[in-house]
Order: sequence, then C-alpha cells, then structure tokens
Amino acid sequence: MAELKKKGVQKAGIEVYEWFEHRLGLAKPAMEAAAHPIPSSSASWWYVFGSAATVLFVLQIMTGILLALVYTPSANHAWSSLQFLNNNVELGWFLRALHGWGSDFMIAIVLIHMVQVFMFGAYKFPRELTWIIGVFLLLLTLGMAFTGQVLRFDQDAYWGLGIGASIMSRVPIIGAPLVHFMLGGPIIGSATLSRFFTLHVFVIPGLLLAGVALHLLMVLRLGINEWPMPGRIVRKATYEAEYHQLTEKDGMPFVPDGAWKDAIFAAAIILAVMACAFFFGPFGPTGQPDPTIIQTAPKPDAPFLWLFAVLSLLPPSMETPVILIAPVLIIGAMLLLPLVAGEGEKHWSRRPVAVLMVSVIAVSLGIFTRLGTTTPWSPVMNAWSSDAVPTKYLHERTPLERQGAIVFQDKQCRNCHEVGGEGGRRGPELDSVASRLTEDQLVRQVLQGGGNMPAYGNALSPAETTALVAFLKTLNGNDLRPAQDASRVLTGENPPSATVPGEKRPSGQSHLSKESPAQEKP
Amino acid sequence: MNEPHTDRPTGDLNPEENKLQSEPKSGPKDRTRRIFLFKLSLLLNGAVGVVLAVPIVRYLLGPVIDKKNAYTWIALGNVADFPEGETRLADYRNPTTTAWDGDTGKVACWVRRVSGNQFQVFAINCAHLGCPVRWFSESKLFLCPCHGGAYYQDGSRAAGPPERGLFEYKYRVAGAKLMINAGELPTLSTPASAKNTNFVPLDKIGRATWQS
Repeated sequence: MAELKKKGVQKAGIEVYEWFEHRLGLAKPAMEAAAHPIPSSSASWWYVFGSAATVLFVLQIMTGILLALVYTPSANHAWSSLQFLNNNVELGWFLRALHGWGSDFMIAIVLIHMVQVFMFGAYKFPRELTWIIGVFLLLLTLGMAFTGQVLRFDQDAYWGLGIGASIMSRVPIIGAPLVHFMLGGPIIGSATLSRFFTLHVFVIPGLLLAGVALHLLMVLRLGINEWPMPGRIVRKATYEAEYHQLTEKDGMPFVPDGAWKDAIFAAAIILAVMACAFFFGPFGPTGQPDPTIIQTAPKPDAPFLWLFAVLSLLPPSMETPVILIAPVLIIGAMLLLPLVAGEGEKHWSRRPVAVLMVSVIAVSLGIFTRLGTTTPWSPVMNAWSSDAVPTKYLHERTPLERQGAIVFQDKQCRNCHEVGGEGGRRGPELDSVASRLTEDQLVRQVLQGGGNMPAYGNALSPAETTALVAFLKTLNGNDLRPAQDASRVLTGENPPSATVPGEKRPSGQSHLSKESPAQEKP
Repeated sequence: MNEPHTDRPTGDLNPEENKLQSEPKSGPKDRTRRIFLFKLSLLLNGAVGVVLAVPIVRYLLGPVIDKKNAYTWIALGNVADFPEGETRLADYRNPTTTAWDGDTGKVACWVRRVSGNQFQVFAINCAHLGCPVRWFSESKLFLCPCHGGAYYQDGSRAAGPPERGLFEYKYRVAGAKLMINAGELPTLSTPASAKNTNFVPLDKIGRATWQS
C-alpha cells in the first residue's frame, strides 16, 4: 500500500516535470552543457578560479540587493543610512561586511584567475575573444569596487571623488566637461552620489552579467583549456582537431568528474568571506562627508592603494602624461595580447618572458600596495605635537641646543622628519643628519629648502635658525663622525665638532652664534 | 457562448477567398516587397532611434552643456573675523546646491588676511589631487595629508607632487563683508573663480570701486 502511494507520487512528479519540460525545454540542453566533455587533465584544482569568481559575483548581487533595502542614495542621508545598517538593522553589519569582503575576494580571485589563464596560455587560439571579454570583466569588476567605495559616502569617498575629478581635470581640452560629467554638477554632492549609485547598481552589473554570460558561453562552446605540455605547440591549423581528440577520446564529463572541485572551492571561498565578515566586520563608514571637517587623511580601498602610491611617487612633470597614457597602454596591451601571441607554446617553462612579467607585475603591485598602506610620503600631521624628542637627544646639551629642540618641534619639522623612530617619513630621518651635512649645509637646507623640502627662511627668525642648527648638529647617530667642510679644515677653521668623544670644544656652537669657531681660532 | 464563426473560422468567405486572406502570398514579387518593407522598417526604427537619442544624450550631458554660470559672489564673513597676518579656515554654502546635498553642499577655504583689505583666499583642495590641505601657522606651510604636497603661506608651491600653487579665489570687500567669487570644485581645468571676473580694486574704506 505504502509502496503504491510512493509510486503514485513519483509518477505525479515526473508528469509535472514533463509538463514544464515540454513547454520550457531547458533541462535537456542544460544537462548536455553540464556533462560536456573536458580533457581529463583539466579537472584540476588550478581550474577552479573562474567558477569561484562567478559564485562571488552572485554573492555580491544577493548581498547588494539586500543592502539596497535600507541604503539611501542621497548625499544628505547615505552616510547615516550606513550607520543605521551597522547599528540598528538586525545583522545589517554582517550583510555590509559580506558585501565588502566579497568585493575584495572577488577582485583577488579574478586576478588569480587571470594570472592562471595567462600562465597556462589559455588565451591562445581559439580563445582570444574569451580573454578579451575577460579583460573587460576585470575592468568592470574594478569599476564596481571604485563605485562601491563611493557609495559608502564617508570622508574617504568624498575626497576620493575629489581625486577622481582632479585626475579627469588633467585631460587636455575636455578636462572641464569631463569633471562636470563625472560630478553631475559643479561640486561633489548628491548629483555625484546618484550617478555613482546608478553605475554601481544598474549599469556596471548589467554589463557584468552580459559579459559573464558571453564569457561562459564561449568556455562551453570552445571547451576549457587543456593542461599545457612543454613542446605541444598551438597551431591554428591543427589545434581544434587535437583538442577534439583530447575531449572525445580521453575526456570526461565536466559534471560530475571535474565540477566537484569547483563546488568544493566555491564553498570554501564563501565560507572564507563569511569568516572575514564575521571576524573583521564591515568597512567603515569613516567620518561623515562634511568637507569642512579637514582633519582627515583620505585613502582609497585596498584594490586601489597601489594606484594611490604610484600617484604620489611620480615626479610632478611626468604625472599628467603617465595618468593619461599609461592606462591606454596597459589596457591596450592586455587586449592585444591574444591577437599578437595567439599561437605557440602554452607551457610556462617555455615562456620565460611571461613568467618574468607576471613576477615583476605581482611584486610591483605588492610593493606599491604596501607603500599605500604605510604612506611614507605623507606628512604625519600631528607628529609635532604628539611625538616627543627622545630624552637621549636632550641629555647634556647646552641651553641653545635644547632651545633648538623646541624650535624643531614647534616648527613642525617632525611632521616630515623622523627622530628616534617617530615622526613623518616624507623627508630623511634626522638621527644622524650631522654626519651627512656640515653646519653650513644645514643652515642652507633649512633656510632655502631644496630636494623636495620647503624653504623655512620666512618661518624662522635668525635666533631660531641658530638654535635649530645647533640642535641638529648634535644628531650624530651612533657617534658617527660629523660631516665637515674640507676647505675649512684646510684653513684650520670649523674643526670637527666636539660631539666626537675626546674633543674638548663644546658642541653646538654655531658659527652664527657669538662664539663661532672662527673666533676661537688661536 | 461560442460565437458562430469560431466553428467556421473562415467566416462567410468561400474557400477561394479564405486562401487569399490567410495564406502568405508567395510570388517572387511579394517576397521582394516584404524585403523592401523590412528594410524600410529598419530605416524607420533607425530614424526613431536617432530622434529618441537626441533628448537622451542631451539629458546625459546636461551637467556638461549647462551654460548657466555656476559662479557667484558669496559673503564669507566679516572682515573683522580674520585677524591681520593670520590664516583662518572659513566655509560657505555653494551657491548651487539642493536640499538633499546635505553637508556636501558646504565648501571650506583658507583665508589669509595679509594686511588691511588685502586678502588671499585659497581653495581647500590641493592642486595635486584635490585632498584638503591643512595650515600650519608655525612653519607657515600648507601641508596635504594625501601625498605630501606643501605650499608657502602665499599659496605658492613649496614641495611635493603639486605642479603649481594653491587655487585662489577672487575676492572683494563689500562694506564689512569679505566676499569671494566661487561655485565650482577647483581643479586644474575648472578654476576656483569665474575667469571673466576681475579682482576688484579696493578703496580705503573697503568699499569696492565697482559699486561707485
């Protein structure tokens, strides 16, 4: 009786399925696509990144829609609505954290996917267009990250938009229209936020969905790249027949033989995003977007730190050309790669230039990102009032030298110069400055600046300069020999300073002070 | 409820007439006619598309082709609020804002009163990439927190990545008020003040001569 019932239910189920399938006709092609043959060598852990990126994209869409339930895209309220999400909405903080970490993971996985495809030569014939679409998908993903960071609409977002507008303004002739087009008005405001909301929520996701669909269709149509072998050369005339041999004779169905690895990796990635979201929480928002609050050091999100570093390290004269020309060259090179190198060796061991390029680019991006987190070029705005002069630099010093230490603090020298390991790193550390510069050079450097240091001639009185230089002359590092002016030594003037142990002359007496070395000359 | 003609979908037509009505005419002449009509429909849609695109593109480019002058004269505060020889932070509300701009409608700037009615009003935005510069009165420098641009008290470039000095607003003193010409985010291609506005020469009592 029970078995009969079960059979009845089964039969009904099949009938319902067939009713739909007769009308939709989706299941058969879907199953055929899932079970399409892949080369047995491609069922590898190295081939899981593309599917993981897609899974992360779906996670971003889901969490994005959920955040849009609460988020308010108005300049007046966006920031408060995020605070509300963080603090008042049930698990709002977790959804924000998922979306934020999902974004970082997606960029990382897309980059890893790209490196893998490059190293395995998968962009070569006949998959050139798949790569080209992939380049656009990378750019769109970065576009999502930038526009998403704007939607946070905190201080970093506000000033980040200012940076964007400043970059646009460097374009010759159409600079001003570009700035207006980007901002949606004369200043950064609600019009700006609305257009970035539109980009982030409608335009770019739409393009991404279409691009991902094309990308996937082409993977299905052309087949997944086989594991490259040294010496197996891609030739347009023979490749497709060889690949057919690999899939039809020695292949295996993608589902389930290859897909289980994708599925396990996807689950691990989602779990990792959840763990990061849970343990590290959401990103910001930082301070409120009030442009009259200027106590801020704006910084972009992690994916753009390298760019932030590059922009600060470029010499001023090169900046505009590099900003305008470099992206065209880089994107152009990525797009042209498969068209230029569509045939030949796939295996990395036979492509030393490719390996070298990836290594150099990865190391550079890593170094620039690291610099972007530490920002050694930025003055430490509060160092002059918060970082004390180490006491060892004040011990057994003359009153003039101590006065110099006060001048050193008051005139904000610390903001750019490190002493005792604290302070800015915009300029060189000064613990051993007296071993590098003579007294005259110190005076000249302080008063006239140079080598990227402002001139302090207008900000220092002669007495302050004297005291400051006296203090700087005591900074000899670990008792290094002080720098000396060779010509003066020859004439017997300005002998090496007495801070070197064993010499009697009191230190820190500048030639600007009354008892200058010249007057002490016997 | 069936209408009588549902049983006879051909209605009252005889079979010959019905054939003429429902079956496609398949002569070679008819085919070229249909191809022509299809091409005509493409052309029509292209034309409609162009006509539709005009308002859409104009709407999109609205912020670019807006010929209205964004710049106006704004009162920044009383002259007496700015001590001589000092540099102070001031702010104003941008002349073109909406209610939903909130705090972002505000703009900060640095006011340096050189002496008497002689001022310098600097944009808060660094000439490098637009970050907010801060004034350090002891070292008499403006420092940028982003990439370390530094400017002297008169706004000229001192060090760092900026290619030029700070952006400067044009100002005038009207009675006891300090006014500046502003309205746009200053960048390398959008000036702080309108280009065709001139510094107004001032008379001794601080009334701008343009008024007299």
